[in-house]
Amino acid sequence: MGMTLVEKLLAGASGKKEVKAGEHVIARVDVTMAPEGTGPLAIKQLIKLKEGPANPSRTIFFIDHAAPSPTRQTSNAHMFLRKFAKKTGSNLSEVGEGVCHQRVVESHISPGEVYIGADSHSCTVGALGAFGTGMGSTDVGVAMALGKTWLRVPPTFKIETNGSFPKGVYSKDLILHIIGKIGADGATYKSLEFCGDTIKNMTLSSRLTLTNMAVEAGAKTGVIRPDEKVKEFLKEQERPEKFRQIKADEDAEYEKSFEFDASDLEPIIAAPHQVDNVKPIEEMEGTKIQQVYLGTCTNGRLEDLRLAASILKGKKRHPDTRFVVVPASRQIYLDALKEGLLETFVRAGASVLGPGCGPCMGTHEGILGDGEACLSTQNRNFKGRMGNPEAFIYLSSPATAAASVLKGEISDPREVF
Amino acid sequence: MRGKAWKFGDNISTDLIAPGRYFHLRENLPELAKHVLEDARSEFAGRVKEGDVIAAGKNFGLGSSREHAAQIIKISGVSTILAKSFARIFYRNAINLGLPALECDTDKINEGDELELRMEEGVIKNLTQGTEIKTSPMPDVMLLILNEGGLLPYIKKHGDLPVVK
Repeated sequence: MGMTLVEKLLAGASGKKEVKAGEHVIARVDVTMAPEGTGPLAIKQLIKLKEGPANPSRTIFFIDHAAPSPTRQTSNAHMFLRKFAKKTGSNLSEVGEGVCHQRVVESHISPGEVYIGADSHSCTVGALGAFGTGMGSTDVGVAMALGKTWLRVPPTFKIETNGSFPKGVYSKDLILHIIGKIGADGATYKSLEFCGDTIKNMTLSSRLTLTNMAVEAGAKTGVIRPDEKVKEFLKEQERPEKFRQIKADEDAEYEKSFEFDASDLEPIIAAPHQVDNVKPIEEMEGTKIQQVYLGTCTNGRLEDLRLAASILKGKKRHPDTRFVVVPASRQIYLDALKEGLLETFVRAGASVLGPGCGPCMGTHEGILGDGEACLSTQNRNFKGRMGNPEAFIYLSSPATAAASVLKGEISDPREVF
Repeated sequence: MRGKAWKFGDNISTDLIAPGRYFHLRENLPELAKHVLEDARSEFAGRVKEGDVIAAGKNFGLGSSREHAAQIIKISGVSTILAKSFARIFYRNAINLGLPALECDTDKINEGDELELRMEEGVIKNLTQGTEIKTSPMPDVMLLILNEGGLLPYIKKHGDLPVVK
């Protein structure tokens, strides 16, 4: 029996010819990462074992979740990371450089590699054909110290999507639809392997939205076979030599297979307070929204900003709806600046903020008031997520978010093109 | 280990356990622990006693990888977390800290029941109801880690990561 994509990746990382789902392996870890919320604790655990990381040049500390710092305590956590990174020769990603997952994709990870991050959306890198998963501070501190981790090889769910998206429907709608079908814990411990014509034809940026949200179905990771688009991306990012082919065997064994037809889909909203609480847009249209957030590791890339700007060009936000835009990285910010996208947002009435996580996790830059609703392009809508348990978070694609900015309520993007 | 049961529903996220609005308290765990599970049951942090048990529904601990969630549950005095199922990252975090996290049918437990955990026998004794609840067997690697009191104590004692055949 052949191997799935994740089995191939973990066989490679554990120095074995073959591994099977359920097997316990000790895997080489190529890249480790911790942002400021979990990094100080990871360092405190790491230094109980060693003075510094095993591979400092491939260890990165990110200042992105609350950057620039909103509080004295967080500023001190930032200082702690800076000091440790300097002392050990590790990488430090400063205020304004961007969200860890986007930055790791841009500059640090390549196909076939293993990545452990102290943030649950570390599965994002799977769109490059790498194995990435989120772990807590202790596991990440240990992986930093030893350059390896233990893993149970996850069984794979094959998620095949064919067909073309109708107008106004995007990869975010697809992944919300998939999570709605599988459930928030339907893929716990599994790997999601995305394949099919829709994925093949999709941009890398759109694929990253899929793998980013694998954890929202409980999955350990989400992976996609690296192809010409990944090759092209690595060339643009000045590491073309890092490309490698890796794919599932024809006779790989999948625990379950799901098939989706992209042409059947419509814009989807995840309603409070669960990501799998998904609804077709018709059911949610008209819901009043006080804040729209365009950004994050899920949908804060250039493609997302272009899409939103194409809807907002020459128009104004609804007077009762605030609009916050946060490009996911400095590179994206600069590109959006050059293309005039940021000007479009500012003229539409947006508050455009520096690269980072923005208001996604309720630390700063747009905490919601009691009873307020936010429509966000982020990946999570749990109660309290955006800093207030009395608020309501809806999730959508950037197109739906932009359409809703104009009307001040959840709106169908198909009506504004 | 013995304590009183605190009931929680399905899908208790790490945002409910360790809310993001207390981000600034991440490096001060005893202070953060004063808000543990605040958005799920606001009275919990003030009243939980040493040895008490969390008895939750499915997918406990979903969401963010923040280990602080498991850390502050442990600091609050909770001896054991029982749930119908756990989210993956939280489960690893709890065991890494030496905090038992066990799967069982928590519908058989009522709020306030006096429970006694018998790890070796794989049962929870419900002293209030005079019944026993079987716990699902833990994966071998998790038992190895838990038996040493967590991942760091394990590595310090054995010099390397746990390996199971």
